Amino acid sequence: MRARVFVTLKPSVFDPQGKTIADALHSLGYNGVVDVRQGKYFELDLSTTEAAQARALAAEVADKLLANPVIESYRIEVD
Amino acid sequence: MKFAVIVFPGSNCDEDAYHAAQDVLGQHAEYIWHKDTDLKGADVVILPGGFAHGDYLRTGAMARFSPIMREVQAFANRGGPVLGICNGFQVLLEAGLLPGAMLRNRSLKFQCEQVHIRVEQTDTPFTSACRKGQVLQIPIAHGDGNYFADPDLIARLEKDRQVIFRYTNRAGEVIDGANPNGSAAAIAGLCNERRNIVGLMPHPERACESVLGSADGLVIFRSVVQSIKSGALVARA
Repeated sequence: MRARVFVTLKPSVFDPQGKTIADALHSLGYNGVVDVRQGKYFELDLSTTEAAQARALAAEVADKLLANPVIESYRIEVD
Repeated sequence: MKFAVIVFPGSNCDEDAYHAAQDVLGQHAEYIWHKDTDLKGADVVILPGGFAHGDYLRTGAMARFSPIMREVQAFANRGGPVLGICNGFQVLLEAGLLPGAMLRNRSLKFQCEQVHIRVEQTDTPFTSACRKGQVLQIPIAHGDGNYFADPDLIARLEKDRQVIFRYTNRAGEVIDGANPNGSAAAIAGLCNERRNIVGLMPHPERACESVLGSADGLVIFRSVVQSIKSGALVARA
């Protein structure tokens, strides 16, 4: 199975990179883009064929390494 | 007295820390490779600056899995003094040995400059020879030094007097213009609850001789020598 892990800064944490990208888009005239939050995206190739197992394993490695719980949260998709 | 300087792949201030301890202070220093599992009888452990493991994923994120970190943790649990400088501070945060996390500098730039920090507390092994309120001129060199902790944690750190260094101007005043990276509460350095682990973003090892522009960092290394000699610390690796 494949798991996709999306890691983003928590809403309460200021994202200076996202802010700079939003400012750049505004300077290009994309005023319809209200805000930007930048994050990280991981694709995990997993040996399991069970979706529940894949999700649990992805969550475990996200907790242990991929995300820092002090500043980041994550979302998982499996297929 | 023996200083252990931990060397990760990507450490680049290990020689500066070694030089400060061995040549400037006249103590014994030894490099310890990150795959080693023995601190070889060290009295003090220094996690130096650099880009451990390339700082892939997040600064300091990989180094906490290096074999030597188990020994560093055990040494700290026995009350041994541990100093994390710059990337070493980031490693201590990622390892959960100090609270909080680092964000990208608010300028989004790698900031390399002289700054002033004020000593907030002197009851740690690395500030015992300082005066409370003493202002030190020490350089920084980092891209991710914007200290973050949520408001509850900041309040707890203040209450427990764990903020050890704050960015100030030359006169020792906390002003926004003197905060080089946007750190919460102008925090430049912290200690743990037990006060034997200290992390700071500025580089005291690069400010130990006047030829380098400042010798203000020396007091941090002198502090730990004095703390150990006075018997305030008894842990040994």
